[in-house]
Amino acid sequence: MIRRLIVGCCAGLALSGIVVADGVAPDAVEIENLAIATPLTSTVGNAEEGKKIFANRKLGNCLACHANSDMADQLFHGEVGPSLDGAGTRWQPEILRTIVVNAKAIFPETVMPGFYSLDVGADVRKDLIGKTILSAQQVEDVVAYLETLK
Amino acid sequence: MNYSRFIAAGLGVAITTTFVAATVVAGPVEDTLVIDDEIEIITRAPSSEGHPLPEVISGWHYRTDSTRAMEADSFANGGMLGVEQGAALWSTVEGSEGKSCESCHQDAATSMAGVGAIYPKWHEESGRPMNIELRINACRVDNMGAEPYKFDKGGQKPLTAFIKHQSLGEPVKVNLEEGEMQKWWEAGKELYYKRTGQLNLSCASCHELNNGKHIRADHLSQGNVNGFPTYRLKQGNLISLHNRFRGCIRDTRAEFPDAFSDDLMALEVYTTWRGQGLSVETPAVRQ
Repeated sequence: MIRRLIVGCCAGLALSGIVVADGVAPDAVEIENLAIATPLTSTVGNAEEGKKIFANRKLGNCLACHANSDMADQLFHGEVGPSLDGAGTRWQPEILRTIVVNAKAIFPETVMPGFYSLDVGADVRKDLIGKTILSAQQVEDVVAYLETLK
Repeated sequence: MNYSRFIAAGLGVAITTTFVAATVVAGPVEDTLVIDDEIEIITRAPSSEGHPLPEVISGWHYRTDSTRAMEADSFANGGMLGVEQGAALWSTVEGSEGKSCESCHQDAATSMAGVGAIYPKWHEESGRPMNIELRINACRVDNMGAEPYKFDKGGQKPLTAFIKHQSLGEPVKVNLEEGEMQKWWEAGKELYYKRTGQLNLSCASCHELNNGKHIRADHLSQGNVNGFPTYRLKQGNLISLHNRFRGCIRDTRAEFPDAFSDDLMALEVYTTWRGQGLSVETPAVRQ
């Protein structure tokens, strides 16, 4: 366990400078040319986990706003955002990462929440202050899943 | 790597997809609401000057066939049970003065006709806008010698629904000329566009920018308030406006203001203005 943490930290450090134990801190994520080139954690994203996070109403809850034919078994896909069919073809993973972390960095007018951002609204619920919707690893998992939507 | 061309390509596809989706999306349903084949309800109206949307549309148009049918039939409308409770409360003597509402206001069908359509209104004495709930409480304290209702407790919801129901079909109109109503309208407008919570959403994010679209199974309406207290099928009960305000703000993962606080009174003034021209539908039936 400790060894994994140390390795993770070192990898993170080498890539981006500022890290916490489970990845880059939200306020240290570097967005350059609309992309987040470096994964937020040293553990490669797991698409299967990402699929679960995508569908989970308490985590990504992505179906609230986006349709996704890969989840045709689930009823009632949202319409607020674009369909994610083919998202993995349309977008590079570095861009998908930015969209999930803080979509407003690319689309300033979007209503999409930033899932790994502290650029949040007013009066945040007290127990959520300083916390992000997803963890760094969950973002990587979701990005890995989105990459599979060809 | 240059990502901008990917962005352009991705956006192109995204916009096309959205456009294609929009053609199959059911927006507000074309239908007319006549309650008990008798009372015509204005469910679409030209918006007030300065309103960002061209037309105001009642939430009734965004609901399913069966929910819309329930509101058109007062026997099927579960909210009418609350209205009946309210009618009983109207005649119930409470407090040290031995009075009921009826003692002073007699028949509500006459004395309260049109009242629900012009609230909230300016209240000089307290120096703030007053809604029906606060009006009832002021009457209970000042004239009946009774305790004020606590938020959503006692008879507050049924009595408010009963009083508003006396204006069924009347177009909503708030008077912003009185007192400092304009100032409260402005404060309410600011709150309407203020993004709150971890999810970083404002009222406008859903009800102005995305009305007509679905969030999962929920069809987003313009968020007009002309049907409150509303009978919500989800709770099987009358739901007050300030409860709904708080629920929406809570869902953005924010701390939410107290019922009847300055913030929520300002929001009531502003959202009531946004729905001006629509008929009072109390008790509306919603999902």
